[in-house]
Amino acid sequence: MISPFRIVKREAPLAWGACLVISGAVLFALGIGMGMLSLQGKPPLSGMGLLLQGAFGSRWALEDCVGKAVPIYLCSLGVAVAFRLQVWNIGAEGQFALGAVGAAWAVYRFSTLPGWTLIPLMMLVAFAAGAFWGLIPAFLKLRMRANEIIVTLMMNYIAIFFLDYLVYGRWKDPSSFGFPMTPTFPDSAVVGRIGGTNLNWGLLLCIVSGLLVWVFFRHTRLGFELKAGGQSLQAARYARLPYENLVVLVMVLSGGLAGWAGFIEASATLNRLQPSIMVGYGYTAIVVAWLAQLNPLYIGIAAFLLAGLRVGGENLQLELQVPAAFGEILEGLILLSVLAASFFIRYRLAPRRRS
Amino acid sequence: MTWWDMLVPLLAAAVQSGTPILFATLGEIFTERAGVLNLGVEGVMLMGALAGFLTSKWTGSPALGFAVGGLSGAGLSGLHGLVCIGFSGNQVVSGLALTILGTGLADYLGTPFIGQGAPGFDPVPVPGLSEIPAVGSIFFRHDPLVYVSYAIPPLMWLFFRNTRWGLRLRAVGEYPHAAAAAGLNVSAFRWAGVLVGGFLCGAGGAYLSLAYTHLWTSGLSAGRGWIAVALVIFAFWHPGRAVVGAYFFGGVMAFQFRLQATGTHIPSSLLLMLPYALTILVLVFSSWRGRGDQAPAFLGVSVPPGE
Repeated sequence: MISPFRIVKREAPLAWGACLVISGAVLFALGIGMGMLSLQGKPPLSGMGLLLQGAFGSRWALEDCVGKAVPIYLCSLGVAVAFRLQVWNIGAEGQFALGAVGAAWAVYRFSTLPGWTLIPLMMLVAFAAGAFWGLIPAFLKLRMRANEIIVTLMMNYIAIFFLDYLVYGRWKDPSSFGFPMTPTFPDSAVVGRIGGTNLNWGLLLCIVSGLLVWVFFRHTRLGFELKAGGQSLQAARYARLPYENLVVLVMVLSGGLAGWAGFIEASATLNRLQPSIMVGYGYTAIVVAWLAQLNPLYIGIAAFLLAGLRVGGENLQLELQVPAAFGEILEGLILLSVLAASFFIRYRLAPRRRS
Repeated sequence: MTWWDMLVPLLAAAVQSGTPILFATLGEIFTERAGVLNLGVEGVMLMGALAGFLTSKWTGSPALGFAVGGLSGAGLSGLHGLVCIGFSGNQVVSGLALTILGTGLADYLGTPFIGQGAPGFDPVPVPGLSEIPAVGSIFFRHDPLVYVSYAIPPLMWLFFRNTRWGLRLRAVGEYPHAAAAAGLNVSAFRWAGVLVGGFLCGAGGAYLSLAYTHLWTSGLSAGRGWIAVALVIFAFWHPGRAVVGAYFFGGVMAFQFRLQATGTHIPSSLLLMLPYALTILVLVFSSWRGRGDQAPAFLGVSVPPGE
């Protein structure tokens, strides 16, 4: 059977296409989510209500969303920098873990320093640790042609087991009654809250890093080269762009930013290191980066929305006993539908003429 | 006990714990040969593991469970096909989304069943062959699914080498434009690659819950899907070499569990790193030697409509 439509390439990409596609995809995913709820005998409409209300319905909830959006934003910004050059860094999760470990190391090694030197030092070590974890796959990619997707992913597992090794063993707090956690950070190592809110200064770090990345891509030669290199590797080679240096640069930035996310989580949110610091922000960051089309501003919006999905999902779990993985399913569905629907930004269906 | 007495059971365990990885690696080879990169193997395996487990639990038939596990793997991979073949979406990102979705679905649907068991496959020694010293214990005293897995690599090798459909599938992965010009339906072959490969990955997952653990826990695949993706590169896209890689990793995992059980002083978190660190080493070694030119030339490249 011949379909009554044929696919025609649009002369110009659909105006407001990305916006349409993303809202359509989110609605579609929420629709499927409602279907899943009703299949399990839970009220779909009030379920979605609980999700949205839990995420955005109160000042406390909104602050929680922003708080969770901070590490997602930093990881996602890093992922986006790497994706710009088509370097597929899936390792934000591990780089995040290394950043948290690095920050904690700085705290326990220099615990007597005052806050105004300790916190910058923690930031430095966290950035360096995350960047180091990003450099290894960059090196293996350039020198050994090893696929960075698999290397970064495997290094996530290794980083998480390394963190476990520290909190279950070497760095375990002797007074924690056997719980796997390190001793609480001293006050000088804790990133404080902004004014009378529940938000921490990590938000400022996001804004500054986001602006810097934006300026870098928009107004510097190196940033332009990076974008060009990402659009066509052959063109980059032809223009003699220093591809190897660019790969190293993006992986250092990418890993360092994820390392900062780990630093914020360890310092501001948990005040220590424990296994529950790993909640998959590094993977959510990939979804966020792609939804936001790698744009630093849109990443902020998408990070806030997906943080909302997590916060709302917790509410749903509490009220309707829906497993926490519900949010993960929606994340995957949103991303898949955006990928599929983006097709219609470039193409349209035209009715076949009868001949 | 001599080292020989220890080696034979370890090798037998290597074959058993390598079998799910073998299924998944063969599945991914099949998909990639058609030119589609499916990074969702980890999620597909988990879905297959859960579907197989639930089917066997409810019907009492592990064989049916295995089939349903494979089919659900094909079904989930079908979403990847829809995005990448139907709508020419980015294959890398779609595969990652598939992993997130599959992991989430398996967690979501499987939460009530954590720690529960289901009827599974038990070892059935092959008459005669299992009596061969050493070889018999290593290869012929396993559950029936292991014997099924022995048949797939040679069949796949013959399929790619000697059959019309196999050559066409490879042509679609190597140079889709020429294949299309020769009158082949590129999309149809790519769909076949995705679905058959997805079935094998799902079957690998079902092996985990039905023959390896006999029970459901969350995160059952523990990165085996990603190891399979790495092994495809190690295998240079050849089914035969996949066997070597899968049993090697099966051996590493079996060795690591045995070492933990002996109460060694090495912390378990460091031991658990071993398979992942070795995956990187194996990948580096094979990429460095293989120069990457064994990959299907149009792997991961979507063919836009009208070309």
